[in-house]
Amino acid sequence: MEVNMEARRILAVSISKLYASRSQRGGLRLHRSLLLSLVMKSARDIYHSSREEDAPSGAQSAPEEPMETSSGPEVPEPQPLSERNSSETVSEESDNKAKDYDCDTVDDKENLSPTKQSRKRRGKASAAPDFLPNKRARLEPGEERYSAPLGSCRVGAGESLATLSLNQVIPAF
Amino acid sequence: MAGPGGDMQWCFSQVKGAIDDDVAEADIISTVEFNHTGELLATGDKGGRVVIFQQEIENKSLPQFRSEYNVYSTFQSHEPEFDYLKSLEIEEKINKIRWLPQKNAAQFLLSTNDKTIKLWKISERDKRPDGYNLKEEDGRYRDPNTITALRVPVLIPMDLMVEASPRRVFANAHTYHINSVSVNSDNETYLSADDLRINLWNLEITDRSFNIVDIKPANMEELTEVITAAEFHPHQCNTFVYSSSKGTIRLCDMRISALCDKHSKLFEEPENPSNRSFFSEIISSISDVKFSHNGRYMMTRDYLSVKIWDLNMENRPVETYQVHEYLRSKLCSLYENDCIFDKFECCWNGDDSVVMTGSYNNFFRMFDRGHRRDTTLEASRENGKPLQVLRPRKVCTGGKRKKDEISVDSLDFNKKILHTAWHPQDNIIAVATTNNLYIFQDKVN
Repeated sequence: MEVNMEARRILAVSISKLYASRSQRGGLRLHRSLLLSLVMKSARDIYHSSREEDAPSGAQSAPEEPMETSSGPEVPEPQPLSERNSSETVSEESDNKAKDYDCDTVDDKENLSPTKQSRKRRGKASAAPDFLPNKRARLEPGEERYSAPLGSCRVGAGESLATLSLNQVIPAF
Repeated sequence: MAGPGGDMQWCFSQVKGAIDDDVAEADIISTVEFNHTGELLATGDKGGRVVIFQQEIENKSLPQFRSEYNVYSTFQSHEPEFDYLKSLEIEEKINKIRWLPQKNAAQFLLSTNDKTIKLWKISERDKRPDGYNLKEEDGRYRDPNTITALRVPVLIPMDLMVEASPRRVFANAHTYHINSVSVNSDNETYLSADDLRINLWNLEITDRSFNIVDIKPANMEELTEVITAAEFHPHQCNTFVYSSSKGTIRLCDMRISALCDKHSKLFEEPENPSNRSFFSEIISSISDVKFSHNGRYMMTRDYLSVKIWDLNMENRPVETYQVHEYLRSKLCSLYENDCIFDKFECCWNGDDSVVMTGSYNNFFRMFDRGHRRDTTLEASRENGKPLQVLRPRKVCTGGKRKKDEISVDSLDFNKKILHTAWHPQDNIIAVATTNNLYIFQDKVN
């Protein structure tokens, strides 16, 4: 339990650091962002594994499953390549943090593979655990979370997601 | 009291910078570098300025005055810029300064901020022309009709003036933040490294550079490591190394292929599983890599230790020195206060027998490789009497604190020594605290 609390605390600290680093002069530092994401990943893994030990029921562990969308750490791309707009990414992430919550249930069809490729890039912070606001903008091609058919989701389902998942987010605390 | 190097005793020599406790951010020293003879000492700061000190050999008969360094030149190397396309400010902070070997009367150095490298020429002017026919002393033009005789202008002595002029600007080659520059032993090329790429430049050509290392993954979300430092071998112009955030060092040979993504050697020490923590990745990230002067070894600095590697042995370092192992149990606090992200540098002495690096509380550490001795010294104005011998400091790790020891919890983590430099030939060291530059010398020196 202590490890769990430590992990949560480190996660919270990491996310606040990630936010703070956006307003740094010189822009987001890739090295720092990478290290923060590695710490967050370790803390998240420990948090989840200790929760699974504490509460072995399937209901709890299932919501956490959808979190694992990619194997590597996700890096917010602060200095974008020519095809991306960093200020858009940054502002979108911060906007979406406020209203986009993670969908914890397997039944959530609104957050499945989008019909069209979203230009939003999923940053490191969106791999945060379920008790923190999370943006799930899109899936990478080939990284489908569910075997649901394409075309079954609604793009821009932020508002309804918020109402749906807030009830699930709060018990996580 | 004997220290590293046998009977070496370090004495305070000089301190440069404001006495003020209130540190102006622009004055924070961000890099320190001796030139190849040690006569010049350059510092760069967060405000984009370069200050060069010159060693005045005032009194050869009194060896203790040999190492007086006085300001030689000050110039604004980089200015803050704004990248309008990405809506990002580009800091003017000087990340690295590297001197070129001297070829003529002028001195040349490379200075870099996050995005742009500049080649500066520092030259002396101690004569001025006098006796123009068409110009008066004050510069006004004379009416040619009033000239009755011609004279040849002569050069007359004047007060020494040191001029710094930017000779080359190497821009627009780095998407990510530049962390290193290194001049090749061929004296024609140099490399610059950012988080994901290393570029090779010709010192004469500014509109083109060759990319020699590119570790950017096709999908940025698969990124697992970044480049943290890079350096050319001191003698072999085809060889360079780069370190990563994962604690590995790759040695590359430019003769093998144009793109050196495949390393020739990979230096990596397996992690000690008993030391695993949330912060293992952060503390294993290498912050600096330096070849020894003889080119047989290289030294790496990670958060808690300094490692010496034999270039012929890849699987583990030949020597490991703990800089401040007592911080291992404090990593969580150091993460919260951001200190865990500090990037400490390290340096070799002239004959590669001693290595030095900085720590917190304005402490710096020296490790004598031959005598297996280490010492901790402090850069502080309290020890600032001329020629005052520095007494070794000790950090108490637990239990009863002895007199003169300082406990871990009393360390000031705002006072950090990230940048140090060692004179290439003599036992003179430059140690940068936040905004002051300390110069110490060996008592015998």
